[in-house]
Amino acid sequence: MSAVEPLKPAVDSSAWPDARGHFGPYGGAYVAETLMEPLRELAEAYARFRQDADALAELDRDLAHYVGRPSPIYHAERLSREVGGAQILLKREDLNHTGAHKINNTMGQAILARRMGKTRIIAETGAGQHGVASATVAARLGLECVVYMGATDVERQAINVFRMKLLGATVVPVESGSKTLKDALNEALRDWVTNVHDTFYIIGSVAGPHPYPTIVRDFNAVVGREARRQMLEAYGRLPDALVACVGGGSNAIGLFHPFLNDAGVAMYGAEAAGSGIASGQHAASLVAGRPGVLHGNRTYVLCDDDGQIIETHSVSAGLDYPGVGPEHAWLKDTGRATYVGVTDDECMAAFHQLARTEGILAALETSHAVAQATKLARELPKDKLVLVNLSGRGDKDVATIARREGITL
Amino acid sequence: MSATNRIDARFAELRAAGRAGLIPFLTAGDPDPAWTEPTMHALVEAGADLIELGVPFSDPMADGPVIQRASERALAKGVGLRRVLGMVREFRTRDAATPIVLMGYLNPIEIFGLGRFAEAAREAGVDGVLLVDAPVEEAGPLRETLARERIQQIFMAAPTTRAERLARVAQAASGFLYYVSFAGITGADRITLGDVEGRIRELRAATAVPLAVGFGVKEPAQSAAIAAFADAVVIGSALVERLAEASDEADAVARAKAFLAPHRAALDAARSARAA
Repeated sequence: MSAVEPLKPAVDSSAWPDARGHFGPYGGAYVAETLMEPLRELAEAYARFRQDADALAELDRDLAHYVGRPSPIYHAERLSREVGGAQILLKREDLNHTGAHKINNTMGQAILARRMGKTRIIAETGAGQHGVASATVAARLGLECVVYMGATDVERQAINVFRMKLLGATVVPVESGSKTLKDALNEALRDWVTNVHDTFYIIGSVAGPHPYPTIVRDFNAVVGREARRQMLEAYGRLPDALVACVGGGSNAIGLFHPFLNDAGVAMYGAEAAGSGIASGQHAASLVAGRPGVLHGNRTYVLCDDDGQIIETHSVSAGLDYPGVGPEHAWLKDTGRATYVGVTDDECMAAFHQLARTEGILAALETSHAVAQATKLARELPKDKLVLVNLSGRGDKDVATIARREGITL
Repeated sequence: MSATNRIDARFAELRAAGRAGLIPFLTAGDPDPAWTEPTMHALVEAGADLIELGVPFSDPMADGPVIQRASERALAKGVGLRRVLGMVREFRTRDAATPIVLMGYLNPIEIFGLGRFAEAAREAGVDGVLLVDAPVEEAGPLRETLARERIQQIFMAAPTTRAERLARVAQAASGFLYYVSFAGITGADRITLGDVEGRIRELRAATAVPLAVGFGVKEPAQSAAIAAFADAVVIGSALVERLAEASDEADAVARAKAFLAPHRAALDAARSARAA
């Protein structure tokens, strides 16, 4: 990747997805027959929701007064000076209630769930952020909440497990497969197929079968819409580049989507390169994966030559996923966005640099984006603007960081 | 292989004889890859009319714990799609008649390559393919590729499938239509025979293909009850659970026979009672 490569031409993002949820060859609904009707019902209910002034006003109210939107754009001046290139701007999603962008989506889906008459919500979670955001909105709306979490993650993320319990949710450790996020997603799908009459499944990323990738994108696109307006107000122009981390890709698509038709805005997604792509210990589905089918959609996946999904590795549990949202797969193939790998070590260096220069502890997921932004900014002149989705705060990661650095708390 | 698919031929024989079909499912490679092929022959001896052979997958999202664990054990022994095709090829050297349907998930076939898979499957002696995560809307290219090799794609209908979708599924159906007896995962205890019977009657009106009922069938009495209104019964988790505990090949073979024979007897008794 080079920072001076020509900007990609504008695309017409309204051309996708098609009626059955395809982004080019990606997306769709690859699920058991039993789920086809519930997915159709969900798509219909969501289409009504989008036209329902009442529902949208309810969501706007909660985003403003409960989540704390809009989130500011902050000019990281000391970081930019230290990097010595373009200006780095941070869209502060870490300042949302619960500390990440995840609640934009869970708030929206929970309101949708209640309007569909569902009384029980389920969710999958890796690091626990989406689980906490789901448990939070369930409490806010008086819905029962069950969160599936890989048994390995339950151990690694004990604080978030306790937070979910404090919020009244039931956390179910998943013992199958690799006992991580992908297995939690399988188990949530199994619950949904069994309890579909009263249960709403809040998927946490732009993954899963249609209409989920579209729903999750739309609810997170508040980030990009706000950022676009804020940039025009504060700087009189759009940023030159957007940077976000990509696991499933919800915070990235939320920032990118409202800018897709703006030809001058480059987009970079930072995937988890773990110990390095060549090591095989990573979670970079777009950089190193191949098209396949996982969790209900066609997308880039990490699998072996027999088609078995492989275990991924990243210092950040939230990026530790062997698939990626189908719209990102399409943005990669069309060349509209560029996806790069950021290693664990680069992520940690960026985490410390942001903490030291700006007094912000970013989530380890987010630190991948910060690392990519500093690489990019270094190659660009000082008058260029690089906007980073600072998707989550790092409080949840302090124990992991201490462990990694050999410190006993 | 003759121009007629083995699945069609088998259901025609069953219909002519007034018998209900018995379709056991086993996960290829579990508990030991070397026992799978002898176990398949044992199932045929005990009365299986068609065999569903599960292709292990790392993320079996529609399966309950019994088949999940069977898949994990088989994968741990290195059994994937290629080896499953090898098992079918071996089975065919001693059995040219019993239809075999591979059951699993789409990704292994995608990665193998649709065209290459269809050819390899036909050469091995596979007659049908049932992919849990390839509903009729997304099945187009796969179905056409398989059809070129005269392999039938088996589709499912579920309690949640509504009339207009059912028409689409019925139109695409070949071989037989697999009716999922309840909304849930394989092996759960949720089957309500009265509901299933009602839905099978609706399906009859929508399609001429044979109708098989599966998910949650465990006891011979359930098989017998289903034989009264459906063309075939599929039994998976209950058999997989028995096979999982086998100590060696002879034990696996004995367990397969001991498990399946009572289902065969129950099906035949139910049908002859109805004929009388």
